[in-house]
Parts: sequence; C-alpha cells; structure tokens
Amino acid sequence: MEKVKKKIGSFSFWNWVIASIIFRLILIYFPKNLNLSSRPEVSTPLTSFRRLAEGYWLKQSSMSPYAGSMYHGSPLLLSLLGPLTINRIEGQPNHLLYSLVSVIADVVSAMLIRATGQNLRLAYLRSLESLHLVKQIEVSEFLFSGDIAALIYLCNPFTIVACVGLSTSPIENMAVILCLYGACSRLIPLAAFGWVIATHLSLYPAILIIPVIFLLGCGPDSPPRKLFLQRHQQKEVLNQSKLPPRFSWGPIIHFAFWAFLWSVYVLVLCGISLKQFGGLWEMFKSTYGFILTVEDLSPNIGVLWNFFLIVFHVNILFMILPLAIRLRHRPCYLAFVYVAICSMLKSYPSVGDSALYLGLLDMQFSLFLFCGYVGVSLLSPVMHNLWIWRGTGNANFYFATAMVYACLQIVLVVEGVSAMLNHDRKLRNLITGKPQDAKS
Amino acid sequence: MVLLQRPHILLLLIGTHQFLQCWIAFGSVNEEGQKQEEFSEELLLKPFPDHKLLAHFHFQSSATPSTSNGCHHHLFPKAISQLVQKFRVKEMELSFTQGRWNYESWGGFDPISSSNAKPPGVELWAVFDVPQHHIDASWKNLTHTLSGLFCASINFLESTATYSTPEWSFPPASGNVRYGTLPCEAVCTENLTPWLKLLPCRDKAGIALLLDRPSLYRGFYHSQRLHLTSTESSSEGIDSGIILEQTLTVVLQPNSERAIEVHASEKHIQPSWSLSSIFGKQVSGRCVLAKSSSVYLLLDRGLVAELKFPNKENGKSAANGLTSENFWSNPSFELSANPDRIFLEESSSHSKSLSILYMFQVEKYSESEPFDIGLMWKVPVAWLCQQTPLHASRFFMGNGNERGAIAISLKSTQFTEGFMSANSKDGSCELRVEVFQVVPWYVKVYFHSLRVFVDQQPRAVSDIIEKIHVSPSKDKMSPGVMEVVLKLPCRVNTAALTVEFDKGFLRIDEYPPDANQGFDIPSAIISFPNFHASMVFLEDDSLNKSPLLSKFQEKCPVMSYTEVLLVPLTTPDFSMPYNVITITCTVFALYFGSLLNVLQRRVAEEERFLKAKAAKKTGRLPLLLSKLSAKLRGRRREPLHSPPSSSSFINSKLVLKVILVAGLALGWQYVFS
Repeated sequence: MEKVKKKIGSFSFWNWVIASIIFRLILIYFPKNLNLSSRPEVSTPLTSFRRLAEGYWLKQSSMSPYAGSMYHGSPLLLSLLGPLTINRIEGQPNHLLYSLVSVIADVVSAMLIRATGQNLRLAYLRSLESLHLVKQIEVSEFLFSGDIAALIYLCNPFTIVACVGLSTSPIENMAVILCLYGACSRLIPLAAFGWVIATHLSLYPAILIIPVIFLLGCGPDSPPRKLFLQRHQQKEVLNQSKLPPRFSWGPIIHFAFWAFLWSVYVLVLCGISLKQFGGLWEMFKSTYGFILTVEDLSPNIGVLWNFFLIVFHVNILFMILPLAIRLRHRPCYLAFVYVAICSMLKSYPSVGDSALYLGLLDMQFSLFLFCGYVGVSLLSPVMHNLWIWRGTGNANFYFATAMVYACLQIVLVVEGVSAMLNHDRKLRNLITGKPQDAKS
Repeated sequence: MVLLQRPHILLLLIGTHQFLQCWIAFGSVNEEGQKQEEFSEELLLKPFPDHKLLAHFHFQSSATPSTSNGCHHHLFPKAISQLVQKFRVKEMELSFTQGRWNYESWGGFDPISSSNAKPPGVELWAVFDVPQHHIDASWKNLTHTLSGLFCASINFLESTATYSTPEWSFPPASGNVRYGTLPCEAVCTENLTPWLKLLPCRDKAGIALLLDRPSLYRGFYHSQRLHLTSTESSSEGIDSGIILEQTLTVVLQPNSERAIEVHASEKHIQPSWSLSSIFGKQVSGRCVLAKSSSVYLLLDRGLVAELKFPNKENGKSAANGLTSENFWSNPSFELSANPDRIFLEESSSHSKSLSILYMFQVEKYSESEPFDIGLMWKVPVAWLCQQTPLHASRFFMGNGNERGAIAISLKSTQFTEGFMSANSKDGSCELRVEVFQVVPWYVKVYFHSLRVFVDQQPRAVSDIIEKIHVSPSKDKMSPGVMEVVLKLPCRVNTAALTVEFDKGFLRIDEYPPDANQGFDIPSAIISFPNFHASMVFLEDDSLNKSPLLSKFQEKCPVMSYTEVLLVPLTTPDFSMPYNVITITCTVFALYFGSLLNVLQRRVAEEERFLKAKAAKKTGRLPLLLSKLSAKLRGRRREPLHSPPSSSSFINSKLVLKVILVAGLALGWQYVFS
C-alpha cells in the first residue's frame, strides 16, 4: 500500500520537475527576457547580471573588475560566469548560456533539498521511534516532505523569476543548500565547501555555522535530551543505547579543518585571479565592505534603503543566540529561520533570497500569508512604475510595499518558530501523558 | 685731528658711492623689468551670417620669471603671479560662459571658435609642476584660491567626485592635468569685475572701456576666459616667465533699427553696426600702459568669397592691391573709418578663398576724437562660416528615472564633403575623432554596452574604436571618464556612440536644494586631431607681431563641445524622513517583540512545573520573600510585618543595580571623552 503511494508520489514529482524546467526554458526564450533582469526586486547591486557583464568587460580590458563601483561579486564568479556574458550561439539570445546555468543550479538545489528532506524524515522517524511514539504520528503526511519542499522550491514564482531574471542568486542559494545538505548527510568536506562558498558569495550565510555545528554535533533531528530523561523518569526504563548521542566535538573539529582548508583554497584562487589588480584587500573592500556600508541606495524590496543606517546590520546578529538556545535540537529548522531572517534584514535583498527560505520551508501556508505574498509581488512593480517611470508617485509608495513584505516575513518567521515550539511541546506532552494540556 | 677724521670721511664717501651704485643698479633692473613686462589690448570684430556680431577682446600681459625679479610687478597682476608661484601651475585655463556657441552658424573651424567656444558654466583645467601625489592637494588649494579671486563657487571642484584626470585626449596631454567643470554655475557681472581688476587700466581706459555690462549681458553668448602659461627658468634656456591671456568673447545682436525701417524685400540685408551702437560707448584712446592697442575687423573666408572684390579674380595680385582703397569702400559695404593696415591670409590647403583682416590703431585717437568703427552694408550677403569636420550633438535616450543611454551623434557638415572630395584620390582616407566624456558618479555607465553606429548601421566596436581609455566611476569618490579615439571613414554621413547607464540614488542629504531641477552632465569634448585651426596672416615685420595674430598662427586642434545634458534623478520624499524612520523602527520592534515573545513563552503547565521545581530548590529566604510579597499585595495596610533582613536584601540588590548602571555610564563617558 505504502509502496504504491510512494510510486505515485515520485512519478508526479518528476512530472512537476520537468514541467517547471520547461516553463523556465519557455520564459528564457521570451524576447527581451521580459525585462526581468532590471527589476529591482530581482537583481540587486550584488546579484545583477549587467554588473557582472560590466565587471567582466573591465577585467577583459585589463582593469580591476572593482575599479568602478559596479561589480561587487566574487572574482571566482567572474571567471566562471563572465565568459557566458559574452559568448553567444548564433541566432540565440545572448544570455542563453547563462540562463541555462541558472536553470541547472535551480534543479540541483531542488534535488539537494529533496535529499535533505528525506534525510530529515528518516532522522525524525528514528527519533520518534526511540521515543516509542511512532504509532501516534504514523498517519501524518511527513512522508514526502522532501519531495514537497523540492517542488515548492522549483515551482515557486520567486525562484522562477530569479532564475529567468539572470541574477546570480540561484547560485548563491545552491551553495547554501549544498552546505545544509552536506551537514545533514554528514559529508563534512561538502558542508564545509558549501559554507565557505556561500559565505564568500554573499557574507550572510556565515551565521549558518551555528546550525551546521549543531547538525554535525547532534545529528540532523534529535529531540531534546530532557525529553528522554523525563520519559525515563516516568517509565523507569533506562536503555543507554537508545539515548540520542551527546554533543560530539569530533565532527566539528573535522568541519573546522575542512572549512579552513576550503577558505584558504578560495582565497588563494581569488588572489591569483586578482593578482594584477590590487589583490585581496580590494576584493574585501568592494564586496563585504559594500554590503556592510550600504553604499548603493537604489530602492529594493528591503526596508533599509529608505533608512540607510549601518546600525541595523547588527540586527541580524541579535536574534542568533536566543534562537540557537531554543531550537538547538532542530538545527535544520534553525538554519531555515536564520536564512529567513537574513533575507529580511539584508541590505540588498531580492526575491531570490525569499525563494530560498520558502523552498526550505515545509509548512502549510496560511491563506493570509499567501495572499500577502501575492499582493506584494503584484503591487511592488506597480508602485515602482508609478514612482520611477511615471513620476506620479513618490518613494513612500514603493516603501509601503517593502514594509508589507517585511511584515509578512516577520509573521512567517514568528509563526514558524512558534509552530515548531508547539510541536515540541506536543511531543513532550505525549510522552508525559498529559494530552489535555497539549493545547494551551 | 684732521688726519684722524679723514678715514671717517673716506669711509663715508665710499659708503655713499656704493650706495649710489646700488641705487643705479637697482634702477636699471627696474627699467629692464619694465621692459620685459608687457601688456597689450586688442579687439576683434567679426560679422556672423545670422546677423550677429562677434566681439573678441584679447588682453595679454606677460611677466619675467620670478627668479630674476623677485615678487614685484609693475603691470602684471600680483594675485596671479603669487598663485603661480604657490601652486606651481604650469598651465591653467579658467572660463566662465553663459549661453551656447552655435557651431552651425558661427563656425567651428577657426582659432576663435576652437579655443574660445567653451561649455556653459565654469570650466577649469590646470597642469601642475609638482610630484604626482601632491597634485590633488595643489588642485584643491587652487580651486579655493580661484573661488576667492573670481567670486564663483569654483571651490565645489575640490571634491574628488567632480574633477577628473584625462589621460591623453585633453590637449595638454600629460598625467598632471586636472579637469573640472561646473555646468550649472551662473555667470554674471560679479565674475567680470574681478576679472577686469587684473587689467592694468581696468575698464577705465583703452579698449576695456567698451565693456558696458548691460550690453554685454544682453548678448547671446559671452565667455570670459583666463589662460595662464608659465615656464620655469630652470627647465629651459629661453624663458618667457608667465603669460596671462584674458579673453572675453561676446556674440551680440546689433541694433538693427535700419533693418526694420527698410521694407520687406531688403529683409535679408545684414544689420549695420558701429561700436557706439553695440556697446553704447566709444574708445577714447588707448590704455597708456599697453604696448599695443588695436582693433581688428575680420571678414570670414566665406564672406570674402561672396563679396567678390574687384582684384579677387587674378589670385596673386590681390596681395598687391591690398592697400588700394577699393578694399574698404566697395559696392557691398562701407567702413566708417580708414583701416591702418590690411592683412590677407596666407593661402591654405583647405579652402579656396582667403580671409581679410582690417587693422585699426587706437593710439591715434584721443579723448577729443574718440575711435568708432562702423560697418554699413549696402547689399544683402549670405555666406556660411567654416564648420568643424563633423557636427557633434549629444542626447539622452530612454525614459523614466531608472536607466537610460547617452548618445553622441556626429553628422557630416559641408566641410567634410569638401575634404572628402579633396582627399578622395587616395583610397584609405580616415577621419580621427577624439571624444572625451566625463560623467558624474550618479550616472552609472555600463561601459560594456558601448555601441558604435556608422551610417545607422551597427558596427563592431573594435573596428571603429582605435583607442579607448576608461576609468569607471566610484560612488561618491570619482566621476567616470571615457576617452575614445574613433577612426571613421571619410565618406561617413552619420556616426553615433551610445552607452547605457543606470541612474544612481543619492543620500537624502546629498541632494542640492533644488533637487527636482535635475543634475547636469558636463559637455563632452570632441576634437579632431588631424585638423588644425590656424590663420596665418602675411605680415611685414615679424618682430612686432601682435599677440592676437600670433595666437591665431598657433596650430591648435579643432575642438568642439557638446551640449550640457540635464538628467532628472529620483528624489526621496524630503518631507518625511522622520516618518520613514519611525515606521521602520516599528517594524523592527514588531519583529523583535514577537519573536522574543514566542521564544520565551511558557505554557501554563510548564510554568506550574517550573514553579514547583523552584519551590523545591529555593531556600527559605526567597520563599519568605514571595510570601511576603503576596501578603503585601493582599493587604497593604500592614507594613509592620516586614522583616528587616528582606528589606536589606532588596536594598542591596537595588544598590547593586544602581552601581552597575553608574559604572556603565562612567565607562561610556570615559570611552567617548
């Protein structure tokens, strides 16, 4: 029975994947690329395709790619993707190759999400088993969570827009997902590689080191030890083998070693590619420095462009510790929350970032949030048009939509965190056998 | 006694003698200096085809090198020489311009237009003779000094975002050049007065007497320019010291009362004018300090060809017939004064006809008999001024406030056709065009989007562009500079360069007071290195050459400026930064508050559990405390029960807190003081 169900699920999964790929390819073939590449929601100063092309042009004419304040990406991305901005197949739109790369990146990240989801599900089932709670949650639909997450990632309009809009965010997202996947499946070099690359590309994923450490230290999904203790207290049975492993330092040292190795490797590569143009210091100044001192004030969907204060960068760091304490036993979920917070408080956010956390999210959307997202994504181009192109509106028109978007993300994060805490609470109640108090 | 006194007398005599000798020597030096410091004033008048008149004032003063003369000057303005000494300026040019030079009808291929047609507003460039790393500091000081000297906001050029370093396209090509423009600077009489103060006679005598403010500023174009060259005595054997060249170029519309009187059929006749009718003043003698003082009337090549002088047909004999009277009183026009000399241009390769220059010496005239020259046209004439090889114009493409494109279009003029027909024998004929374009940082140019169109056909950039130098703009740091050499085929009709850009967003405090007016993009400089605008006039005595004519003989490349563009930028809502701050803070508060709430919330059951645990663990004192607080809450009228120990405990905690806060405050004070 279950096998049949699984088969049907996987069949429709592949159908959906192919459909989404075909949809992307159709969009890519549209003339003028639907003008998506210049939308402020899609391409920020950090991820814009035109800036990448400019950086490549400067490098080709033997100037530093950071000579002007145009390009702020990584030099590695420049040497990998730069040639794709020039090379063209006769008779095809000249961004074709680049779009194909981002489609591939999207598909790869969807596959990684699927694998991560399956990993997580197994770990979750195992931990439930260890708590002897399998029977009670057997009927829930956790079975295809990986598939569903991957499909959400692939069919999310934000992901599609970011992919077709020629921004570099699909690649950055792929690096983040690679890091999480590596940590979940305990491939330490891979996790270190993903983390180093993601940090190198966009700096913010640096805070993912905390969930990664938890993932490696305690395993992908472990109920709090306290639960076990409570349970054992109750049933007076002590089975040492079934206790979840304690926090182990071995993999973390291993991870640190690999992260160090990879970062040295990346820095050496960057240094080689920037040897004749001022070296690494210039790279740091115009990538990380550009992110931290909000220099480019062009409007985007974040809330900071209208508020240009540096103080708020610390914001991202404020919540890290409380969240880490509270969600320490669910590192994957912690990673999701971190990514969402980053995309909310980033200085140059784009819909590509929200695509990432929406992909990581395997939770039912409430209708309110859904309507909010749809409303923002429809209203924001309209407001932008009114302000920038027609000149009839002013900055506040667009800022209002950005505000709504930020509020939506806040509600999403808060709801998500409280749902997860409630879930843990329910588990505990099931163990301690007080179902009447579960809802409070 | 006498003998004893003698030596004293002797000494005294010797002393006096030496002193006298010194005195004489000093006098001779003084005379020498006076000889070497020269000042000359000249005025050139030239009728334009579109019924306008060009008046070009040229004042030149020169000083000996500072080493031989100290810092004392007789004629030369002290402010300028101090400036040169202080900042070690090798060459400098400052121009204040109002209006736009009309290249199509006023021409662009003569020395006057290619060196005196300037972009609107202020343009300043300077070459320094200091080490590379000191140049920026020198430039900064120079702009401030000039700003004080000329009552203009030249000091805005000090910030690195406003000036640029041309590599090779700018005429005095070397690495020490700094170039900056202020396109929106309004030029008026307050800038002219300090400029006139540099002249030895100011505007009290000589030709400068004509500079009547209302008539000057009524004109279509006026540009006051200050050009300064200094040569170090140590660097070269022959030194000329400092040469200061002040020119004022005005294009005026003569009052054509007569033209209105005549009936419609004679509408096309050129307006007759005289100095007194244009400027409302006459020249009553020269400035006594001037070495030479003369007025010239230049008839353009095209005009001369049109006028058909009687001697014109037999080419060479024209020079012989120069002095004959029929040159200045001929069927088409009449001069009110007899010219002292007539110069004919040396034959050049480019054109068939030659221009004529009438010279009037102002020295002959005096207060009682003031100098006035008038030109009365008898028959209508129409001609064309010689134009630049390609007519350049610049415009924006695209709409909206997000992005756009700058296009520089070059159109062939009648000159190119002539040039092409002349050079058509050799197959590979090329026309080199240099484009120098500075864009402010808020216009973010994508140089990879550079496109070239020749005769409306897109061409590969590498085919047309011979040489390119780009220095991309840095946000709030430096402007973008593009220097391009185009290699166009001679038969080109139109050529266009387009570059895309994004419009930047400024911080709210970086906008000028009238932000909605837009921002100016300085003119591009289009120069034609293969063509040189020079006029060589046949002269009898080369020794006593007039500075203006020798200036005309210099080979300067033909240059033209494009229009200044006005780019509207998006403005934030200036009225409500406060609202934006409060709303953003509210959202952040919402985020922090709700997330912390979720993280800290404990459901009732947990709370009970924790309470029980706490009750078990905690000792007697807190238990007592909680009981006490409950009691206090329950009945407030029984304060007698409070045990002293608990109150002291609370006090100690309070004191601890206060101490902590005070310590923090002290630390803060210490760190930030």
